[in-house]
Amino acid sequence: MQYFLELSCSGLVRGSIYALIALGYTMVYGIIQLINFAHGEIYMIGAFIALIVAGVLTIYGFSGVSILILAGLIATIYAAAYGYTLEKIAYRPLRNAPRLSPLISAIGMSLFLQNYVLLAQTPDFLSFPSLIPDFGFMEPVAHIMGSAELVILVTSAVAMVALTVLIKYTRIGKAMRATQQDMTMARLVGVNVDNVISVTFVLGSVLAAIGGVLVGSYIGQINFYIGFMAGVKAFTAAVLGGIGNIPGAVLGAMVLGLAESFAAGYISSAYEDVFAFGVLVLILILRPSGLLGKAVKQKV
Amino acid sequence: MRKLVTKKFVLIVLLSMIIPATGFAADTIKIGVAGPHSGDLAAYGIPTKEAAEMVAAQVNAAGGVLGMQVEVLPMDDQCKPEIATNVATKLVSEGVSVVIGHVCSGATKAALGIYNEAKIIAISPSATNPPLTQSGEYPNFYRTIAPDDDQGKLAADFVTKKLGAKKIAIIHDKGDYGKGFADFSKQFIEAAGMAEIVLFEGITPGAMDYSAVVQKIRHENADAVIFGGYHPEASKLVGQMNKKRMKIPFVGPDGVKGDGFLEIAGKDAEGVYATGPMDVSAYPENKQAKADYTSKYGKEPGTFFDQGYAAMQAALNAIKVSGGTDYAGLEKALKNSFVDTTVGKIKFDAKGDAEGVGFSVYQVQDGKFVELK
Repeated sequence: MQYFLELSCSGLVRGSIYALIALGYTMVYGIIQLINFAHGEIYMIGAFIALIVAGVLTIYGFSGVSILILAGLIATIYAAAYGYTLEKIAYRPLRNAPRLSPLISAIGMSLFLQNYVLLAQTPDFLSFPSLIPDFGFMEPVAHIMGSAELVILVTSAVAMVALTVLIKYTRIGKAMRATQQDMTMARLVGVNVDNVISVTFVLGSVLAAIGGVLVGSYIGQINFYIGFMAGVKAFTAAVLGGIGNIPGAVLGAMVLGLAESFAAGYISSAYEDVFAFGVLVLILILRPSGLLGKAVKQKV
Repeated sequence: MRKLVTKKFVLIVLLSMIIPATGFAADTIKIGVAGPHSGDLAAYGIPTKEAAEMVAAQVNAAGGVLGMQVEVLPMDDQCKPEIATNVATKLVSEGVSVVIGHVCSGATKAALGIYNEAKIIAISPSATNPPLTQSGEYPNFYRTIAPDDDQGKLAADFVTKKLGAKKIAIIHDKGDYGKGFADFSKQFIEAAGMAEIVLFEGITPGAMDYSAVVQKIRHENADAVIFGGYHPEASKLVGQMNKKRMKIPFVGPDGVKGDGFLEIAGKDAEGVYATGPMDVSAYPENKQAKADYTSKYGKEPGTFFDQGYAAMQAALNAIKVSGGTDYAGLEKALKNSFVDTTVGKIKFDAKGDAEGVGFSVYQVQDGKFVELK
């Protein structure tokens, strides 16, 4: 039983990181039907910025939690700027182009950002300071859920609740929902669609950067390539939950994280990816639009 | 007419260049040095050739061995088995006493049968394939480098005997190198029968975290972990084990033993064990050979230089001790008398592997890898 709890906990931790990234995929897809393949790179850049800021702050004598909060804050602001710029230069000019063009542009941006970090920083792994303090839990709680895991779960939950509140109860949230339903109509009733799209990218990037900072301090190492695999997994989670659907992305991410964790724990970790993608295939066969996705009627 | 004369003249000149090389029969000791001296693997063969030539030059300057001059016959096999057999036939017909080589395991295997029939001893500086000595097929084969499975054996011995672990978890990264090390460790632990392997599992390099695997190691109550793979995964694993407060020994191969691991794992690296090549740079013979090389060629010696140098030293010592070049005498000398070489004071065991070369266990102490004696 304890083993089951331990595995569930690792699955949920992994799931919440996937969810933080998957939300960016699904929000962007919901509004402009674009799969933003460069999104994983934003997550990676968030982690790198946090590492650099943490290094500088350590020199100036800051410590522990204050570094985590400051570095996280600066990393999210930076990543938001990257997301905003990304949309401006790579996707906005292609807004009215055929659907394939922005997709190719997205893949190009992904490669560009990866290689940019590789050249500007380093191809090697870098050590990431463990910014999350050890709360010194008692046994056996410490085995089931360490302090880092708890911080990750709480932070992602708070971020997701904040996102829900923003979308449900604010003016910009209302505008986002309107744009998602029908972009032309939203524009006709006076919604500034360009702004809404920018805000969507910024929100997605903020969440991804939070994920990057949390993962960095959880596993203690980053390199320029971490965004790729995390991006692929998060995209899978978004598809699993029904792409374009916000609660779906979170649910899909949790299912994926738990599936991987249980596969590793009860069968073999050599096959965890096989099980993760097996779950995806199975769900897409049974429910082609994803767990919570609705089948979209083609507008004629 | 004039053309023909020129051709004949050229032929004579060419022949005259060959004749001295094969001319002396009785008053020199011929040592063949076979390996890749051209092609894309030349970097592995040339240092051995240079080492053999340096040893020969030194010995000759001091009056030779048993009053005879030592002659080195380098032969290029390009690491290709089909060329290696030709090289071997050529060396046999040249009447060499000992062959230093070959360099690549595949080429060595192809050539060894020919040397064996001709009763010629071959000492390789670099052929690490385990069956070359262990199969017993080639009693004429010796090597001054440890075989591939030596690291796995060392890790297995260390974990079961020194650390006294009874339940061992073996984790690998599914790659050739990591899984190879894990397989050998498993094989030796099972053969010794002193401990049980509770977990043998591959992980995916680059996965986000390994907490599920770490939980599994704990769940199986393992009291030591052997890991086959490179430092990024190793540092992730030890970091997560520390976070889960697992204080069991972690043993990695030489892919873990390096500065990369120390940098990334940081504090978590403390106490981690890793096997790695023995530190030979402190031996006086080694220091001397390296200094000579640098003063002669103006650069650092290349790969397998130490082992090649040691092979040549061992060969000449065996000739000196046995007082000749006959097979039985050389065999007895190689297996019984110690010789000081660049890889330490060595002799060969019954199968032909050098005793006293190979790998050591290192432990991270105060942020540095320290060799455990």
